[in-house]
Amino acid sequence: MTARVAVFSGIEDARAIKLLQTLKSLFPGTRLKHVATAASYILDAELGPKELEHIAERLTNNLTERFSIGETAVPEPYSYAIEVGYLPGVTDNLGATVQETIEDTIGRKFRSGEAVYSSLFIFLIGDVSREDTQAFASELHNPLIERATVFKKGERFPVVVPKVELHESAKADEVDLNVSDAELVKISKEGILGRGPLALSLEAMKTIRDHFKKLGRAPTDVELESLAQTWSEHCKHTIFNDPLDEVKEGIYRRYIKGATEEIRKQKGKRDFCVSVFKDNSGAIAFDKDWLITHKVETHNAPSALDPFGGSVTAIVGVNRDCLGFGLGAKPIGNTYGFCVADPHDARALFRDKEKKQSLLPARRILEGIVRGVNAGGNESGIPTLLGFVAVDPSFRGKPLVFGGTVGLIPRRLPRSDLGRLSYEKRARPGDYIVMIGGRVGLDGIHGATFSSEALSKGSPATAVQIGDPITQKKLSDALIREARDAGLYNSITDNGAGGLSGSVGEMSREAGGCIVDLEKVPLKYAGLAPWQIWLSESQERLTLAVPKKKWTAFKKIMDRHDVEATCIGEFTKSSSCVVRYRGKTVMDVSLSFLHDGRPVNIQKSTQPKGRTFESSQGPTLTSLDLSRAILEILARPSIGSISFISQQYDHEVQGNSVTKPLQGKGRVNADAAVIKPLFNSERGVVLAQGYMPWYSEVDTYAMAAAAIDTAVRNAICAGASRDYLAILDNFCWSSSEKPERLYELKQAAKACYDVATAYGTPFISGKDSMFNDFRGFDAKGNHVHIAALPTLLISSIGIIPDVANSMTIDFKTVGDSVYIIGETNDELGSSEYAKCQGVTFPQVPIVDAKRNTKAYDAISKAIRQGLVVSAIGVGRGGLAVALAKSAIAGQLGTRLNLVGVLGNAHRADSILFSESQGRMLISVRHDRESDFERACQGVTLTRIGEVAEQESVLVELPGTKIEVSLSELTESYRSFFKLW
Amino acid sequence: MVKPHVIIFSGYGLNTEDETKAAFESVGATADIVHLNDIIARPAVLKKAQVIVFGGGFAYGDHTGAGKAYGNKVRHHLGEAIEEFLARDTLMLGICNGFQIITSAGFLPGALIANDSPRYNCRWVDLEVQNDGPWLKGITTLSVPIAHGEGKYYASLSDMALLSKVKGVALTYVEGEMCKHFDMPVNPNGSLENIAGITGYNGRVLGLMPHPERAVRFTQLPHWTLLRERYIRERKPLPKEASGLRIFRNAVQYFHGK
Repeated sequence: MTARVAVFSGIEDARAIKLLQTLKSLFPGTRLKHVATAASYILDAELGPKELEHIAERLTNNLTERFSIGETAVPEPYSYAIEVGYLPGVTDNLGATVQETIEDTIGRKFRSGEAVYSSLFIFLIGDVSREDTQAFASELHNPLIERATVFKKGERFPVVVPKVELHESAKADEVDLNVSDAELVKISKEGILGRGPLALSLEAMKTIRDHFKKLGRAPTDVELESLAQTWSEHCKHTIFNDPLDEVKEGIYRRYIKGATEEIRKQKGKRDFCVSVFKDNSGAIAFDKDWLITHKVETHNAPSALDPFGGSVTAIVGVNRDCLGFGLGAKPIGNTYGFCVADPHDARALFRDKEKKQSLLPARRILEGIVRGVNAGGNESGIPTLLGFVAVDPSFRGKPLVFGGTVGLIPRRLPRSDLGRLSYEKRARPGDYIVMIGGRVGLDGIHGATFSSEALSKGSPATAVQIGDPITQKKLSDALIREARDAGLYNSITDNGAGGLSGSVGEMSREAGGCIVDLEKVPLKYAGLAPWQIWLSESQERLTLAVPKKKWTAFKKIMDRHDVEATCIGEFTKSSSCVVRYRGKTVMDVSLSFLHDGRPVNIQKSTQPKGRTFESSQGPTLTSLDLSRAILEILARPSIGSISFISQQYDHEVQGNSVTKPLQGKGRVNADAAVIKPLFNSERGVVLAQGYMPWYSEVDTYAMAAAAIDTAVRNAICAGASRDYLAILDNFCWSSSEKPERLYELKQAAKACYDVATAYGTPFISGKDSMFNDFRGFDAKGNHVHIAALPTLLISSIGIIPDVANSMTIDFKTVGDSVYIIGETNDELGSSEYAKCQGVTFPQVPIVDAKRNTKAYDAISKAIRQGLVVSAIGVGRGGLAVALAKSAIAGQLGTRLNLVGVLGNAHRADSILFSESQGRMLISVRHDRESDFERACQGVTLTRIGEVAEQESVLVELPGTKIEVSLSELTESYRSFFKLW
Repeated sequence: MVKPHVIIFSGYGLNTEDETKAAFESVGATADIVHLNDIIARPAVLKKAQVIVFGGGFAYGDHTGAGKAYGNKVRHHLGEAIEEFLARDTLMLGICNGFQIITSAGFLPGALIANDSPRYNCRWVDLEVQNDGPWLKGITTLSVPIAHGEGKYYASLSDMALLSKVKGVALTYVEGEMCKHFDMPVNPNGSLENIAGITGYNGRVLGLMPHPERAVRFTQLPHWTLLRERYIRERKPLPKEASGLRIFRNAVQYFHGK
């Protein structure tokens, strides 16, 4: 039986008004007058009429809302209506909550197959046509996950039940690999029976064929899919791990892990690393009793298809890297980073030649991504502390969506097991394999192999998942508040890429084997084939190893928290991964072959042809032009305020905030954040980020070096010190099959080693995403390839002894002296200024780590000694932007002279806009000047003027002088996203 | 002297229990975080408490309307137990999602609906105290953060009249230190009559959208690094606390001498 309950507002509805405004701004000239909405719930369950009445009452706030049962009540004079609902199988969080409310109302659980499906009705009031309505509808839904139906007034609204009906046979098939090489390649590219790419090399396909030949049987589809997942670039990071040119051990071992090992050795007793590169997150010591973890992930390809779902998943997914660290860390802070195209970028792009599958417009991608992290972070009760938007046309095909999570975990678990170390875990033979959290559906099948491929027509729509933060919050509470400290499990890991095949596969290495019964896995809907259950990336799941005698106690906790927990098998010491389905063995692969059988790929790189840049330096700008250039740069989306994001992400929850995402009276986005994780300790955690993808146009070594330098510098300016600072790397590359791109990768990795070891900042965790390419068609049907700029995001994390010494970027008092630390050199290559003016310059900034080391240590010390009033790292946009930000933040003017600034930049524009690394802009109390200068002995430093009473920034430059009013600066800085 | 015991409800997406517990404990209360299902299973636990708290969060993701699903569940399973609890000389607090929950459950009048600018908004606000019930006694103004998408207080005309008659309006948004300093609008969500919080049961039940538990230490203030400079220049010691703590201290004071 199905019934519809609709709930609509009985009073003025701000959301409908907002929707009207949105449509009016997208369709200027529309004759739309009003919009009304109604939430519709299709209840596909056996319910009596009395029950329905009760349910509808419970779903309605009788003060502000009304309901209808059966027909959807309509506002009187509407002309058209649009219904937006989900496609079958798409996560419907609202539907799930309604179902729980109904179950609580009627006092019984839904039967298997019964469910609630939500949709939204939008009634259009005004003189609009069917065509207008169609155009609105296409703005208001994403056809990959949603359906939108248009109704003329009077047309009945049919009841749509988007139930998943699967017809694929729910059994395992054998796959014949005794075929030609061409056929093997085809199977790998299109998948078994065209199910979606395995993304295995021919070499790997042959290795698998030969392995099973030796065993005297054909592999099952479960086995082949499982091997493809386990061996995928996404899971095994083959490009970083396999030999590249002379680097036989692979660039990860030599340059990333190698840097960490060397730094830890040098640090000796002062080494703060506790668990690096081996768990879901990296961990450093916070104090003698606590550890801090950090992990940053990307979720790029799915965010191109469904920006909202993709970015929710990015953030709740990386939260699980925190929950899955050691025996479970508590998430205490999120970070984000969005590399996107300019939202005004109007290029129309299609995934297919027929132009039926268009890419979402750039604006909708950014809107969706922003909204996704809002839902994911806010609903999880984790403060979002820090983030950025970086814009480049190369991010139009695939945006880069970074999500990071900082965690807190006691070094030793209380009570249980005599203070067992929290960061060590090992599944033991005989432990139950327990899956907790969400149920399994078709979501995210082939996610791991999909993200190892370029985004193109064949990209599977099931690769999209939508996170459910509340299900995850429930399991987080159950684990972190109760089960962990009661010592009820031996190991835990996230179900991320590859789903159960990944998590159980990994954990069985700890125990020495496993046996799984797939029919025990709870499903969202019936009819999944065994390989789908094993590989599904349905969200909000963790896998645990629970000792048999603790299972009852464990299950009881999960039940009380309303978290589904299911025992799906047992860890063994058989040395094999065995999977059964309804009693039949569908997978039996030795752990050694599963994990180490992958053929090594010998990679060769080629140096790209030298790029030549016309050293056309552009015309010399007059003071008027320079003032305008400053205002223009502040109005660019990579530089200007993203307060609309900072303010919609809760950064105060958990009460740990010390310095805010928006700083100073003028609310300027900061490049670092400080939190105080424990209520009873003054110690703090400093977080910062560094990214300079634009320099990859010239030199990826310089790009990577600048990213590290920026992340370190921004942390220093917030109060961190180099001797207690760690970093994380996130490589996002494109076209990584090309030898030229591999060369650039090697250069970037080398820079990581060189700069990290020079600063003594160890890498503690990292991740890579190697194929951020879009291959499709433009409006004329011509083939288009968009490759994202090679991008390295460095996230830094440091510990400080007392948060009271934290530093912010705002100028604070008239009369304070302003200093610039470091050399300003003529390094305008790929700078924001160059982009803004449309000019090219040859030289990108080169990091002088040895010199910067001294400067960073001096500033750390000066901040600790209370000699510094404000500090900001000079980054994108150069000195002009740093100055403007400190001035806008403080709402205070300056009187400065940059003529004598040290370094080889001599032209006025070069001094203002060069992005030379290692520089900091500092303000100091007038009476502490000499103390400050003493603390900075041996450091390149120039006193450039003071904070002034006048409400303008005045700067003297070689041969010219500029003055820009604070109000103009503030207005420009806030202009780009003003209406967002 | 009685050390009051606080029970903080949890579960289904509530998320500010830890900092709320810390705030109460720092002023001398004892506090436990208890899952809603555990209280439903044993409502008698409420008999040992002097204070119960519904804190902030996203119960059930706010999916059918903020606080609705959790509020319904509370009313349905614990309505009587909480009325019994309130029949004693006890206190109840609903912060943010908790305020939405206790209005949905009918313990306070009115409703919290979508902000006029219907987006989640996290910022600091200034509040003026309008009554002198146990929670707010002796406080005149305070500055604390908000973080919500559905915080606009709405009530029928008759409820508004009743509120004003019984002095039920407890906290209003006013132009104070934060609004002036950061040049931000006074009323962050369009609340009727700038209402930020109301009380019932003779002031013993307080519901408010702002988060006092996030404004308990000096270094939580959004402009504390500027204030630090001022204190240093005036050669004054830095304060330790922020104004939100006084609400928790009041709750503990209430039970002193009882």
